[in-house]
Amino acid sequence: MATIKELAQRGDKLSPGHRACAGCVPIIAFHQVLRSAQGHVVCGCATGCMEVVTTIFPYTAWKVPFIHNAFENVAATISGVEAAYRALKRKGRVGKDIRFIAFGGDGGTYDIGLQALSGVLERGHSMLYVCYDNEAYMNTGIQRSSATPFAADTKTAPAGKVHKGKKQFPKNLTEIVIAHNVPYAAQASVSHWKDLNRKVERALAVEGPTFINVLAPCPPGWRFPQELGIEMARLAVETCFWPLYEYDHGARILNYRPKEKLPLSEWTKHQGRFRHLHRAENAHLLAAAQEEVDRRWELLVRMCEQSAGQK
Amino acid sequence: MAQIVALTGNEAVAEAMRQINPDVVAAYPITPQTELMHKFAEFHADGLVDTELVLVESEHSAMSASVGAAAAGARAMTATSANGLALMWEIVYIAASLRLPIVMAVVNRALSGNINIHCDHSDTMGCRDSGWIQLFSENAQEAYDNAIMAVKIAEDRRVLLPVMVTLDGFIISHTVERLEILQDQQVKDFVGEYRPERYLLDVDHPFTVGPLDLQDYYFEHKRQEIEAEENALPVIEEVSRAYSTLCGRGYDLIEEYRMEDADRAVVAMGSTCGTAKVVVDQLREQGEAVGLLKVRCYRPFPYDRIVAALAKVKAAAVLDRAVSFGAKGGSLYGDVRSALFSNNGHYPVKVIDYIYGLGGRDLEEEHLYKAFADLKRIVQTGRVEFEVGYLGLRE
Repeated sequence: MATIKELAQRGDKLSPGHRACAGCVPIIAFHQVLRSAQGHVVCGCATGCMEVVTTIFPYTAWKVPFIHNAFENVAATISGVEAAYRALKRKGRVGKDIRFIAFGGDGGTYDIGLQALSGVLERGHSMLYVCYDNEAYMNTGIQRSSATPFAADTKTAPAGKVHKGKKQFPKNLTEIVIAHNVPYAAQASVSHWKDLNRKVERALAVEGPTFINVLAPCPPGWRFPQELGIEMARLAVETCFWPLYEYDHGARILNYRPKEKLPLSEWTKHQGRFRHLHRAENAHLLAAAQEEVDRRWELLVRMCEQSAGQK
Repeated sequence: MAQIVALTGNEAVAEAMRQINPDVVAAYPITPQTELMHKFAEFHADGLVDTELVLVESEHSAMSASVGAAAAGARAMTATSANGLALMWEIVYIAASLRLPIVMAVVNRALSGNINIHCDHSDTMGCRDSGWIQLFSENAQEAYDNAIMAVKIAEDRRVLLPVMVTLDGFIISHTVERLEILQDQQVKDFVGEYRPERYLLDVDHPFTVGPLDLQDYYFEHKRQEIEAEENALPVIEEVSRAYSTLCGRGYDLIEEYRMEDADRAVVAMGSTCGTAKVVVDQLREQGEAVGLLKVRCYRPFPYDRIVAALAKVKAAAVLDRAVSFGAKGGSLYGDVRSALFSNNGHYPVKVIDYIYGLGGRDLEEEHLYKAFADLKRIVQTGRVEFEVGYLGLRE
């Protein structure tokens, strides 16, 4: 695990001068992941905010080899790159050790890219897949995705007079990935950079497909003041909405247990997309959201305890 | 010395792939392509190729992985049919735009709906405008030969475009034919090694593939793609000549069969050309001046050569094995008419179209007799009674 000074001294793989929004947290997630990745890497990105803001031709923010293909296929694309690596290495045409990282947003990962991701996990390609989860289709203007929280106000599931935002709870993608029997998967948050750094280093050291789901708040999409990005990520962890845990060769490990579990409202009250939840007539929605967060947290704690017991 | 073997079209292409020994092959099953990859997987299992075989979860991923592999610096191949090609469609365009020399066998099959597993050309025609080079094969021999030539055409620095090698589903893919194959070393020497100028695994020279390309440059990039297609015509001719010298079989953009003094001709692609040759021979024996213009290279379309070949006849019938709904006739018909008109329309040849063979309906010799008889009437009367007709359709 590197110190923050060591991380700062590592060369940039992604340059400044990209075109992300002011206060963009996903780009911080990219910087954190890329600084944690040592040695040679080849990266790929699904279509989405991060691909758009880093590659507007004739400019590129990428200082390492990079490929963007389409929205739903970054996993498949990088699986082709990785297959080429194995073939060319065997034939002696590539001498260096290279690791592979595929990035996708929640839309390109939880939804349209799920099939390609599942294929890669099942086939066992050696690559790290990083999902930067900003909880909606932000690149196309804040439409709901299957990662969007219950009752959040989005452009395709707005909070109106009758319907009050998204009706479903988000899909648990990290557990879906774990169900593929991968060697390593984790959930991380930009607010806990040391934890994230360690997870990236671990994931890149493991052979086979690895996965990290990084919560990456979006100021325009979540509607909070742009200086509060890291705080929004931290509160998601402190409320247990976004638990930090990892799955390492069969064992689930809880990486962080808040000293005092904050109520979900401590997180939602700062965000415009949840404003309607804080009106008296919608108290039942906030209560339902809290109930589901509690249920998932308790289940996770139990699963992690079970893993510890087995050790 | 060529070796004479008995293979199906699918096996013939798999054999070519074994000899090419590509770095990466991504595969997903779809009828009638399945046997092609079965055979290649056997070669892989027996260690006869050292290809990375990526057995993907869909055709969309087959093409996506091919794009990744080719961009990484590998020689990549795949194969598909019909709905599989349709599922790839989005990435088929991207492969060409990224100028990646992927070679793909397309075992032609009717595109749903309704679902039908037999031959027509609707799948290939669906990505006619994708920027891929499209080579049609008359039989298993040509499918084999085209697969080998395709690698060299695609990877030529003047071209750098992906190539589709088509073979008619079941008619060619599943029929055992006599064919001649080259020695492994001959194929190896002919295709050479793939040495891309830039590739992702060259980590000391990082570059960005597939950036966002807005109003400022997209149009210019498309212009370069158009130029690459234009460059491809002489390259295909060159490669075909070199291959013809190697194998003793003549290959060109088009084939003019008994066209030298013909006054009527049919224009066709794929396995139908074999049937047409038989009918042309029979009619020639009866003293009829008929010929066949076979289009081997459909994209880029060899306009000048088509015009030169058809300028000699008085009437021609184009055979289209796919519909372009809402258009007058099929796509080949549109292209042939356009070619003739582009030279200021000074050619007196009268051209009609037949849609035929959809969903695997047989094209029989009698259908071609009818076509030539229709053309004879046009030549005699100077009148065209119908512009688009059907062959083998119950009406």
